[in-house]
Amino acid sequence: MDWNTIFVTTVKASIGLETVVYALAAIGVNIQFGYAGLLNFGQAAFLGVAAYGLAVIVSTFGLSFWLGIAVGLAATVVLAFLLGIPTLRLRADYLAIVTIAAAEIVRLVFRSVAFKDVFGGSDGRQNFSGDFYAMNPFAPGTYGIGPISFNERTTWVLTVGWVLIALSCALVYLLMKSPWGRVLKAIREDEDAVRSLGKNVFSYKMQALVLGGVIGCLGGFIFGLGQASIQPDLFGTEFTFYAYTIVILGGAARVFSPVVGAAIFWVLLVFVGNTLSEAVGAGVFGTAVTVTQVGSVRFILVGLGLMLLLIFRPQGIFGDKREMALDAR
Amino acid sequence: MTQIEGAPLRRAVIAFTAFLGGLVLLLASPAWAEGEALKGTLQNQGQPVNGVKISVVAEDGSPVAAVTTGADGTWEVPVPKAGKFKVTLDQTTLPSGVALKFKDKGTLDVQVYEGNQRNVLFALAPAGQQGSGNTSGETSSSFWDRVAQLTFEGFNLGLIIALAAMGLSLVFGTTGLTNFAHGELLTLGAMAAYLFNATLGVPLILAAVIAVAIGGGLGYLQDRFFWGQLRKRGSSLVAMMIISIGLALFLRYVFLFFFGGESRPFADYNAQPGVQVGPISAAPKNFIAMAIELAVLVIVGLALLKTRTGKAARAVADNPALAASSGINVERVIRIIWTVGGAVAALAGVMLGLAQNINFQMGFQILLLVFAGVTLGGLGTAFGALVGSLVVGLFIQLSTLVVPTELKTVGALLVLILVMLFRPQGILGRRERIG
Amino acid sequence: MHADTTVTSKKAAALAAFEGIETEPGVPKPDPILVVEKVVRRFGGLTAVDVDHVEIQRGSITALIGPNGAGKTTFFNQLTGFDTADEGSWSFNGKQLKGVPAHRVARSGMVRTFQLTKALSKLTVMENMRLGAQNQRGENFFRALIPGSWRGQEDEITERAEELLERFKLAAKRDDFAGSLSGGQRKLLEMARALMVGPELVMLDEPMAGVNPALTQSLLGHVKDLREEGMTVLFVEHDMDMVRDISDWVIVMAQGAVIAEGPPDTIMSDSRVIDAYLGAHHDAPMSAEEAEEQLQEAEAELEAEIEEKA
Repeated sequence: MDWNTIFVTTVKASIGLETVVYALAAIGVNIQFGYAGLLNFGQAAFLGVAAYGLAVIVSTFGLSFWLGIAVGLAATVVLAFLLGIPTLRLRADYLAIVTIAAAEIVRLVFRSVAFKDVFGGSDGRQNFSGDFYAMNPFAPGTYGIGPISFNERTTWVLTVGWVLIALSCALVYLLMKSPWGRVLKAIREDEDAVRSLGKNVFSYKMQALVLGGVIGCLGGFIFGLGQASIQPDLFGTEFTFYAYTIVILGGAARVFSPVVGAAIFWVLLVFVGNTLSEAVGAGVFGTAVTVTQVGSVRFILVGLGLMLLLIFRPQGIFGDKREMALDAR
Repeated sequence: MTQIEGAPLRRAVIAFTAFLGGLVLLLASPAWAEGEALKGTLQNQGQPVNGVKISVVAEDGSPVAAVTTGADGTWEVPVPKAGKFKVTLDQTTLPSGVALKFKDKGTLDVQVYEGNQRNVLFALAPAGQQGSGNTSGETSSSFWDRVAQLTFEGFNLGLIIALAAMGLSLVFGTTGLTNFAHGELLTLGAMAAYLFNATLGVPLILAAVIAVAIGGGLGYLQDRFFWGQLRKRGSSLVAMMIISIGLALFLRYVFLFFFGGESRPFADYNAQPGVQVGPISAAPKNFIAMAIELAVLVIVGLALLKTRTGKAARAVADNPALAASSGINVERVIRIIWTVGGAVAALAGVMLGLAQNINFQMGFQILLLVFAGVTLGGLGTAFGALVGSLVVGLFIQLSTLVVPTELKTVGALLVLILVMLFRPQGILGRRERIG
Repeated sequence: MHADTTVTSKKAAALAAFEGIETEPGVPKPDPILVVEKVVRRFGGLTAVDVDHVEIQRGSITALIGPNGAGKTTFFNQLTGFDTADEGSWSFNGKQLKGVPAHRVARSGMVRTFQLTKALSKLTVMENMRLGAQNQRGENFFRALIPGSWRGQEDEITERAEELLERFKLAAKRDDFAGSLSGGQRKLLEMARALMVGPELVMLDEPMAGVNPALTQSLLGHVKDLREEGMTVLFVEHDMDMVRDISDWVIVMAQGAVIAEGPPDTIMSDSRVIDAYLGAHHDAPMSAEEAEEQLQEAEAELEAEIEEKA
């Protein structure tokens, strides 16, 4: 077994592209679900429309990068309104069902043959990240400490990603300290009480949905740019459930929990995945387990982890049981 | 919480997980291995066809064997080990007047699993009556014939959705749980039937009965050792909903681990030749499946209307506190609902497997349609779920008249969102009462 | 705490306003703050509320009583915008409120509490209080990001909240989670929080339900204080002693309609009220057999209802 490789890839995973993307998605989920109690099960769609907005503007229509970013952001906001208007007045589980359905709609449309000219079918879109890498201030070469280093392109994407994470966390911190955040947390507890105190609950829920979507959509941009390509199936429902697992792992309704949660989540996933692959390669399990089966073990562990976490430690690793967000309803 | 409260639950979780683990291990266990083979029976309109040459080639191109069908139309080729094989029927050796039903199906790719004696079916037809591919070329059929055909298919799909929706809706009505792992109950039913039918060689009808029993048992155990315990503990509904997502992920990938990523059909009633009833053409199995689905729905519906337990179930769904105060044993009712819901979901899974083959994602894929049906009918109402599901099934199939087939689900889900906008209580639901 | 001299003057004023008013349902009042006209709410075939006309006198404490299922809470929900009435209209300070959403009803000065207390248990007592304040600059998304823009106002709000907490004897609990309070303390917190809104009309839905008897007197005192401060109180209550003790006027509902109105002392002996509470055929207290019989009837009805609904 090559422990050195396992170690290096695991450490890299803690700050790598997946961690950045999922941290941004999870910060958004944390605003919606952790603070405001909204069950948005379509977070993947928010990342999807943003990434596709950028990719389609640049690669399909050949327009500028910044216009692509603007279109991606606008698409996210429009999606939030489309989902929010019918459901935010209704019970929490209606939003859950509508958002998960919407996420599937978005994915199916992206991958459809009918719109292949625009969205590129199941192959997705490439060639939209040139302008982004043209802005790269890092000279060609590798950056990092010893084996834990990245090339200049990855370094640039990760730098932008972590800056966005820092800004998002600062934003969440300021908001949740303010009376605005107080209203949001109160809505999570009991929206009728908040209504009886003269607050427009619908408006606050909508603001939370839009804000969570917009922060998530930054993750969509980073995802697309980091891979220099996007495919529709990146944005399946599993993506959203990963983001929820991350939020709950760190502890819902805490500023840094999505970031710490994302890092722990990916470190564990990469470590388990690599160790199992190596072990299978080295014949530790004989012929009982094949390399292709290792992929499913990851998901099995996520599902199991999510269940055990909610049963035995619903407040997450760092959460405080007294102010735990989850048992509000 | 204290240790005392936590311990039984922890045991329950372990027991439940172990049970699931054991079940799926059973799926993969090679204990019944006897030696792999490919076999089949060639028949034309019920008469055996002999003297036809069939050759088998391994995946890497190396020939395995070539045989000729016997007087009873049977043939068998033992293969050295599990793997993929190409089976070719030499069309020149077919007797005159007999041809392959689908010309492009002269060579089939088949997967043989460990211990599997795989049936390979070549469909034959009198010369001149064959079609091409799987669709029996209906390009010439009129618009209304297509409408009739799609209505039939939509009804079939709607009934399957309705079977799944019954359990989901009743569980929601009685416990408030939006169970995202309900789709996996369908997959489990289909896989259990597959295990007994394709792997163990039990006739499909018997295998389906066993699968339904397993589904019911698992529904019971799930409530007894898992959801019931969580309810007793006072877990919030949101927490339980996310737990169900975890369970769904867990089960779905356990299925993938053991079953693999491909779609497989049952061993029986495969590629059944279609029959024409009026404007509708379908395999006989579809008619029988629909009859079974309808019968089960009627039985469950009657049970809800007429039996004591059924009335109690509806009372609990209507208002659990009121029902409990009028002497109904709510926990018992919920357990029965889980058991029946699990059994019916397993049946839905078998039917779905019959209609579209079995794969590890089938339950999840149909779950969204089940949600659509349940929401359309009004969350928590058993008969609303039935109506909503039929509407969804019909809508999906009929929408292919105007939208591309690949986007038919999109249309149904869009309708779901529109219904939310204009009639959130669903078609048959009532407005909610506050306070 | 409850200044006795002013108490008598405000109470006297309220009682004087009711002097000589007929005790008929829907009777007009000299200075109504709330006027309700033909409000109807149906659930399926069941008519939960059917109030023809009712007026609430400004500056008074009015009790709304009636047997279980009389539609009192549903009526509250209609008036405060938490549920939509099928028909009818009502005006608060002359302003039409039909179709106005709940939060705007509260902003206009008509604030309610709930039968099942809605203390926000994962927020501290102080945060609960602050939430009640209106027109907070920091509740706007963009200004929330600039703490300087709302800090000053937040300090004022905190000061006001502290005064109220002092008055409601919750000051020591200031930084505790509301979830850790006792049932009675939650009722107090909910009432104090409602006052943070700065209401003209306070609507209390069963303020005494589930309150420890030791706290009852203090709660009664607080309700009386509201009138002393010039607010109008409308409350739903089951406890007749409390109704007699603090209310200036009583409105009786049965089967969704207002069946009687009047001062507390006369209303208790009104034959319509007694009929409504005991059922029309009982003029003597129920015997044990009769009670049993009624219980069985009620159960049979329940079952019939379940049958019919499903």
